[in-house]
Amino acid sequence: MSENVYIIGAGIHPFGRTDSRSGREQGVYAVREALKDAGLEWPDIECAYGGSAAAGNADIMVNELGLTSLPFTNVANGCATGGSALAASQQAIASGMYDLALAVGFDKHPRGAFNAKPSDYGLPEWYGQTGMMLTTQFFALKIQRYMQLHGISRTTLGRVAEKAFRNGTITPHAWRRSPVDLETIMNAPMINDPLTKYMFCSPAEGAVALILASEKKMKELGADGVKIRAVAVKTRPPNSFEVFQAGISIEEGGKPTVLASQAAFEKAGIGPEDISVAQLQDTESGAEIMHMAENGFCKDGEQEEWLANGWTEIGGGKLPVNTDGGCLACGEPIGASGLRQVYENVTQLRGRAGERQVPGKVRFGYSHVYGAPGLSGVAILERE
Amino acid sequence: MGEKIDPNLWSDGAQPHLMGGRLPSGQIVFPMPVGDAAEGVEPYKLSRRGKLWSWTSQGFLPKEPYEGPGSGPGEGPPDFQPFLLGYVELPGEVIVESRIVDARLEDLHLGMELEFCIVPFNARYDTFAFRPAAQAESQAA
Repeated sequence: MSENVYIIGAGIHPFGRTDSRSGREQGVYAVREALKDAGLEWPDIECAYGGSAAAGNADIMVNELGLTSLPFTNVANGCATGGSALAASQQAIASGMYDLALAVGFDKHPRGAFNAKPSDYGLPEWYGQTGMMLTTQFFALKIQRYMQLHGISRTTLGRVAEKAFRNGTITPHAWRRSPVDLETIMNAPMINDPLTKYMFCSPAEGAVALILASEKKMKELGADGVKIRAVAVKTRPPNSFEVFQAGISIEEGGKPTVLASQAAFEKAGIGPEDISVAQLQDTESGAEIMHMAENGFCKDGEQEEWLANGWTEIGGGKLPVNTDGGCLACGEPIGASGLRQVYENVTQLRGRAGERQVPGKVRFGYSHVYGAPGLSGVAILERE
Repeated sequence: MGEKIDPNLWSDGAQPHLMGGRLPSGQIVFPMPVGDAAEGVEPYKLSRRGKLWSWTSQGFLPKEPYEGPGSGPGEGPPDFQPFLLGYVELPGEVIVESRIVDARLEDLHLGMELEFCIVPFNARYDTFAFRPAAQAESQAA
C-alpha cells in the first residue's frame, strides 16, 4: 500500500525569452516561488528530481539554493523530462521514504526548430544529412494521414491555434499574449504542410517547480494541497509510429499515449468523462487534436465537431483544453514544459487561475506530455 | 551520377533496390540495422513499388546535420530548395520514409502509386526518392 501524495507548492518562471537569466537561474526562481507558495524553506526539502534538455544539469542548483546534502537526481527524458521528474518524486513520497520532495524542470533553447543528431537516436547519418531529422516533419506526417483517414479539416487545425493564443492573452506566465485571428493563422507561411507557422510552438525558455508532500506532512503544515490521483509514464510499444523513424511497421502498433492514459485512468479509478480540465501536449495544432482522441476524450474524427462548437474553450461546455495556451502560446522549454501543464492544473484546481479559471466545480485535472523517441506521461490531480 | 550518400543504403545495378533487413521473426525493417543489432538480420532488397502512406513539404532550411542546398559555406535560406517527403508503404514489407520527387504537393494523395528512384542530392552525393509510378508500369503491376 502506498502513501497518498499531494502537491503543496507550485512555482513558475514566466515562459518566453528572459535574456537576463540563464535556464538554471529561471529554475532557481521557480523553486523559490514554489517554496514560498508552500510556506517552506529550502532545507525542508528532502529529495529532488529535475532536468533540462539544453540548459545544464539541475543538481547544480544547490549552489544557489543551499548545500543541504539532499539527494538530487538529474532527469533527461526529452519532452517528457518534467513528467518523469514528477513520477520519480511522486514515487519517492509514495514509497514512504520521504515526506517532502521537489520536481523541477527548466530550459533555454536557441531560436528556430530543434536540431537533433542522428547518432543520438540510433539512426544512420544519411537520415540527418538529407533533411529528415526534423520533429516538425513527424508532426506534419502524422496529422496529414490522420486528417485523410478521419475527416479533419485545415480550419480545425487553425481553430486549435486560435484558441491557444486567446488563452495566452489571459495567462500571466504565457509567452504569446496577443490574439491571432483564424485567417492570419491559416494564411501564414507553410512550415510542413498542413501546418503553418502559427500552428507550431517555438523552442523557448522557462521553469517550473512543484513541491510534493505526504498526507501527514501536508496536514502538519496546514498546506493547500492537490492530490496526485495517478501518474503514469509509458515508452512506446512494438510497431508504433513515432518521431524520427526511417521505417515503420506495416502492422499497426499501439501508442505510448494510449497506454499511459489507460494506465492513469485505471490507477485513478475514474474515466475521461470525470475530467474537468485537461492540458494535452500541443507541440503543434495537430498534436492537440490527435491527443484528444488518444487520451480517450473523444473518438477519432469527432474533434472536427468539438472545435467547430468551441467545446474545448474555457467555459466551452465540454472539456477546456490547454487553458494557459499550452505549448503554442507558452513555447516549449523542453525540461519545463510537462511540469507547466501540471502547474496549470494545480492552479485551476485551487481556483487561483483568475481570468482563465474554469467555471464550476473543478475536481479532476488531467495532463499529458509526449516526447521523443516515443514516450508519454500522464498525471491526474484531484481537488478533494 | 554522384557518390551514394551511404554505400549500403541501396543495391547497385540498373534496377537498384532500397536495402532493408529481414529479422529472424520474418519482419522486414528499414534501414538495415548495423553493429550488434544486425546479428541474425538478413539484408533484404525492398520492393521498388509502393503506395503513399503520408506526406508533407519541407518549407524551411533545416539546421545541421542537413547537407543539401543552402547548407554549404556562404549559402543560406535563399539557396534552399523546398522539397516533398513522405512515407511509402511497400506492400507486405515495411513503410519507408523518403523524399518524393517529380510531383506537386496538391497532386499527392493516400494510396498513390510510387516507384523507387535515385536522385542527385548535392554537389557530391546522390540520395534515394520515390516518384509517381509510370502509368504503363502501374497497369503492368
